[in-house]
Amino acid sequence: MSEPTRPAPPARLSSASDRVFEGLILVLASVILLVFLTSIYQLTRDSWPALQHFGLSFFTQRTWNPVAGVFGASSMIAGTLVTSLVALLISVPLAVASALFVAEYAPRWLANPVGYLIELLAAVPSVVYGLWALFVIAPILGRWQITFFSPDHPDRLALYTKCAALWAENKTTLQCFFVPSSGAGRGLALAIIILTVMILPYTASVARDVIRLVPQDQREAMYALGATKWEVISRAILPYARAGILGGVILALGRALGETLAVAMVIGDSQDVLRSIWGNASTMASVIANQFGDARETLHRSSVVTLGLTLFFLSVLVNYVARLIIARLTPKGIQ
Amino acid sequence: MSALTSAAARPTTALSPARRVKNLLMGALILLATLVVVAPLILIFVYLLREGLGAMNLAFFTKVPAPEGETGGGLLNAIAGSVEMLLMASVIGVIVGVAGGIFLSEYPRHPLMPTVRMISDVLAGIPAIVMGLVAYGLIVLHFGFSGFAGALALGFLMIPIVVRTSEEVLKLVPQSVREAGLALGLPKWLVTLRIVLPAAAGGIVTGVMLALARVAGEAAPLLFTAFGNPNVNLNPAKPMSALPLEIYRGATSAYDENQRLAKAGALLLIVLIFVTSLLARRFSRRK
Repeated sequence: MSEPTRPAPPARLSSASDRVFEGLILVLASVILLVFLTSIYQLTRDSWPALQHFGLSFFTQRTWNPVAGVFGASSMIAGTLVTSLVALLISVPLAVASALFVAEYAPRWLANPVGYLIELLAAVPSVVYGLWALFVIAPILGRWQITFFSPDHPDRLALYTKCAALWAENKTTLQCFFVPSSGAGRGLALAIIILTVMILPYTASVARDVIRLVPQDQREAMYALGATKWEVISRAILPYARAGILGGVILALGRALGETLAVAMVIGDSQDVLRSIWGNASTMASVIANQFGDARETLHRSSVVTLGLTLFFLSVLVNYVARLIIARLTPKGIQ
Repeated sequence: MSALTSAAARPTTALSPARRVKNLLMGALILLATLVVVAPLILIFVYLLREGLGAMNLAFFTKVPAPEGETGGGLLNAIAGSVEMLLMASVIGVIVGVAGGIFLSEYPRHPLMPTVRMISDVLAGIPAIVMGLVAYGLIVLHFGFSGFAGALALGFLMIPIVVRTSEEVLKLVPQSVREAGLALGLPKWLVTLRIVLPAAAGGIVTGVMLALARVAGEAAPLLFTAFGNPNVNLNPAKPMSALPLEIYRGATSAYDENQRLAKAGALLLIVLIFVTSLLARRFSRRK
């Protein structure tokens, strides 16, 4: 977009007031930069004691023990990555399918309401998802675990003993990974389920938009060759929209990494390593939510802020990459 | 489009059964996936209606929560706190956000423009809880828990949303309108304030409403800024409650009464957010 071509002479009269206005707008717009820089400054300053005390081992150490004053974040980093990536893996096919439905299958009278519903899904607050997961999904999941994953046979005790021994050695087999917990449905699995639901609309709406941008000729050419609808989708539409969908997926990943309360409410808040999909775990965001208010010791508080700093840079990176992909893809003029 | 699809569905040459089956199967899977995507929203809404509607009596809107273990009470403290903090957050979000939008759309050649655009995009992705930590360091560390600290965190979260939407609608104002103003001899600032901004006002209001709907449900950044308050508090320098905070407290509480209030609070919050976003969308589509 080009600047208006300004007629030179009469504008000179107002150049002083124009400069004042421009200055004012610039100052206010600089607040945006200020918020960003202040955030980095605050978070770095507050995490300094922990970073100085533990160095890089903060990110590799597994022990997080406020009583002993030892803080290592590796199991929370793992919790964040595992919940986010698994939720992403489940949600992407669902999101793309719903985008295809809205953009390609549904008649207009149905496409608009379904599109609305998916956007409302993005508007539901995290804490409401958490409440629903806690009161509705957790009991179902708890019953389901007991029914399917701990059948009441004599080998059960043997299995537990074996798994407990393996855990003690810090080796987990796939079998042990499905040992039910006593958390009444709460834990890693529930966190993944609720995250999946929460990030669906982000991928879905980006995917819908890029699918709509696929030129009509692409579809028509395929149909003219006698292709079925699915062949058009799989060979003309999805390849064309692939990179844009990827941008939406990365955007959703950014959301998942920082999602806090819904996860904090259901993940069980344990600093153990991930040993079972039904077991308790924690993410960086859930630890901040659950511990920052009670953290009295400088080192504890500072360690929690370090998690925030890590999350900050992780989100900046992820969002930057997503925007880069989307910007490169969006045809000029549509942005 | 529909003519094309029906033509494809009835090809002149015979379609091999394998292709036909695959086509139908994928169509069915896509429909099924869409149902799976939409189901949680309907389930949540029905659940909250069933559980929360009964608790929405007069006391819910006029009383504060009863002490732990006792029955009765409402969420007036949370409703008042939410309204107050959202108003304060809007001041920050709207002034900075709209100015940012004007900067990006009206001064595209300014050397700082790419930086402002990139940073505002990046800010949009920063987790809300991290903004809570920032507001904690800025305000709470020096002055203690306060409604203002919560509002600051929410305002920071509103900025990028308002910037983005107002930039977009400002760019939709035809260039010829600006040129007409300038041709009349008006200075650029008057053209921007009196002609361009009013032309884009509808879209900007939409953006602000969407931003409000977005931050109204945030509890994470309020946990250690506004902190919560069992009583109605109108003083922004003191701890303050908010609907999402009370929902969080109630949902994780062992008391039935708190859980009941949390469900009713969630119903109220979700209805307010849905109405706001639907109105905003209706509004922007008519433009």
